[in-house]
Amino acid sequence: MLRALLLLVSVVAIAHAELCKPDAQNAFKVRISIKTALGDNAYAWDANEEYLFRAMVAFAMRRYSSKSTTQISNVLLCNVTDRVSFWFVVTDSSKNVTTVPGSEVEAAIRMNRNRINNAFLLSDKTLQFLKITSTLSPPVEPSTPVWIIVFGVVLCLIVAGIVFLIVSGIQKHKKKNKESTERENLEEKVEVTLENGIPCEALDLKAGHINGVFAADDERFTSL
Amino acid sequence: MLIAEGMPLLYLELAVGQRMRQGSIGAWKIISPYLCGVGVASVVVSFFLSMYYNVINAWAFWYLFHSFQDPLPWATCPLNSNRTGYEEECEKTSSTQYFWYRQTLNIAPSLEASGSVQWEQALCLTLAWLVVYLCILRGTASTGKVVYVTASLPYCVLIIYLIRGLTLHGAVNGLVYMFTPKLEQLSNPKTWISAATQIFFSLGLGFGSLIAFASYNEPSNNCQRHAVIVSLINSTTSIFASIVTFSIYGFKATFNYESCINKVILLLLNAFDLEEGSLTADNLNEMKDHLMATYPQEYAQLMPQIKNCSLEAELDTAVQGTGLAFIVYSEAIKNMEVPQLYSVLYFFMLLMLGIGSMLGNTAAILTPLTDSRAIASRFPKEVISGVVCFMNCIIGLIFTMEAGNYWFDIFNDYAATLSLLLIVLVETIAVCYIYGIRRFEKDLYTMIGCKPNWYWKIMWAFVSPLLIISLFIFYLTDYILTGTLQYQAWDATQGQLVTKDYPGYALAVIGLLVASSTMCIPLGALVTFVRKRLKRERVSTVA
Repeated sequence: MLRALLLLVSVVAIAHAELCKPDAQNAFKVRISIKTALGDNAYAWDANEEYLFRAMVAFAMRRYSSKSTTQISNVLLCNVTDRVSFWFVVTDSSKNVTTVPGSEVEAAIRMNRNRINNAFLLSDKTLQFLKITSTLSPPVEPSTPVWIIVFGVVLCLIVAGIVFLIVSGIQKHKKKNKESTERENLEEKVEVTLENGIPCEALDLKAGHINGVFAADDERFTSL
Repeated sequence: MLIAEGMPLLYLELAVGQRMRQGSIGAWKIISPYLCGVGVASVVVSFFLSMYYNVINAWAFWYLFHSFQDPLPWATCPLNSNRTGYEEECEKTSSTQYFWYRQTLNIAPSLEASGSVQWEQALCLTLAWLVVYLCILRGTASTGKVVYVTASLPYCVLIIYLIRGLTLHGAVNGLVYMFTPKLEQLSNPKTWISAATQIFFSLGLGFGSLIAFASYNEPSNNCQRHAVIVSLINSTTSIFASIVTFSIYGFKATFNYESCINKVILLLLNAFDLEEGSLTADNLNEMKDHLMATYPQEYAQLMPQIKNCSLEAELDTAVQGTGLAFIVYSEAIKNMEVPQLYSVLYFFMLLMLGIGSMLGNTAAILTPLTDSRAIASRFPKEVISGVVCFMNCIIGLIFTMEAGNYWFDIFNDYAATLSLLLIVLVETIAVCYIYGIRRFEKDLYTMIGCKPNWYWKIMWAFVSPLLIISLFIFYLTDYILTGTLQYQAWDATQGQLVTKDYPGYALAVIGLLVASSTMCIPLGALVTFVRKRLKRERVSTVA
């Protein structure tokens, strides 16, 4: 009895070993970089973490195919290295000693990638499934590009400045023209005697000196 | 170079402008009627310069407007169409180069494939010209007030950047690199040629803008003191700016070097499934030897992917030209904290500097136009400035096409270099030998009150002309030796620059650029000669 049990266990073990090995059919390599992601808060990769991984893969398979037949024991891990990297396969419990097709596994993992990442506090870059490409999230794009808004603001300011300067220049020009025409009109109305271009009224006693030689004119001639 | 060339020539131009009280065309006509061509050549060179220089301001505006986003658009590559990875072209080169070559310029693979006008760049160019128009609208009086702002703000930004730059990780590497003299480069004559040309452009000699600005000075202004102060401040600012530049450069080089090392470490960790943290930058070389010994086959397969990272190689990557300001600096800025703030500051400073240069250029063009009574009496100066800005803007649309950057490089390399050398040479010879250095001395004495001492006279009469002639000969021999001219074109498939030959019509344009400004000088002399002859004949026939 014992011998039969031992034989069964060894057969299963060999079967498992054949199913899960590097580059086996439908097997995927996983690479985990815990220290890069978490630094000082890094946890050690041990058997418990492996159990969680197998549970997450089983969860992904269940959610994808929505038939609750995948058990944690269906997920096989092998070749765990120090890196930390390992290979895994998902066996099909309904058919003996076969693996679930790689495309199904890939689709299941892609669908639930976010949940798997979060379970390990890692990201797409630090928990890598080597053959499964991840969908990169596009950057947030606002409806109008930001640069056009800034451009519009600056453009309005500059155009306002130019218009203001031109209009004030024209106004100054007009005022100067009006002043000079007014002065011309004024000068035409009053006949002002000009001496050397200066109206005689301005040549009043303020700025001028009276030449004493010609002042007392009548004293030169003797009175009659 | 500064002492032999910069200061004397600066003093010469300022004195000429202040004495003659006219823009470049009028000033040289007064010195000798045969030299009116010199002034015209200056104006033509300034015209070419203003055509292409404002495109730099347009690019600065583009980057400035794009700095208001988080993350900065040149920090990451855009995704490809099915969102599984990054864009191919961006993968091959870096994200900052991709942003410059593809999203800013949308550059064509060669000069021949012209492509269409990029409307975003055209908008930015229009805005740049509107800003310039706003500043020169009221003439030099208003330009003077604007220059207070455009000249002092860059200093503030440089100080902020100095503090930020010196506190960056790896800045010391850049500074050490800058201050260690590289003797083999110093013995190369090309270095000295570049230094001489740099002083020329830095001080703005030969453009006519100095003469134009000096003509607005009071006649008793002490231009000797001003010339010395300006050139000293100019050089001090250059050194200050290079300290800032090299500290940021050192930061970028160190960052790239460390990224390279990390990539190699990751590659080795993944290939040999080693524990994380077992390979560090310190033990990398020993571990590489160890791995090579233990797993020779796999290591040999991996060899082509393992790059030899070297800090010196990163520091040595040649950096020059317009690409420097936009590619290298944006790469350094994206790795700082709060990159938006530093980006806005940096491109605002670049804009201030660019607009300041544009103001000088347009002043050089507008002053002769407003001086000439034929044009100034008919149109007010707002209209003249508007027409000049509008024409330059329309011509500048060429540089916003897909191949526009190649035309920009043509203008940048050939429009000013040779012509300026010739113009300044003729200026120096004219003032010293045709006008007479004694007459010039007397003029300076009446203006300032002291005669120029022997240093200035020797520089003007002998050293500077000899220096310029040797520069000239060097450039010509360099061109003759290399044969045909070549340019750097961006290859999108490889993600790097490749060298190509200029097509025939581009060479014709280059020849036209150089010829149109240099030919003005002999043509001017010829026209004056013919006119005088005709007048003399008319007088003699009348009499």
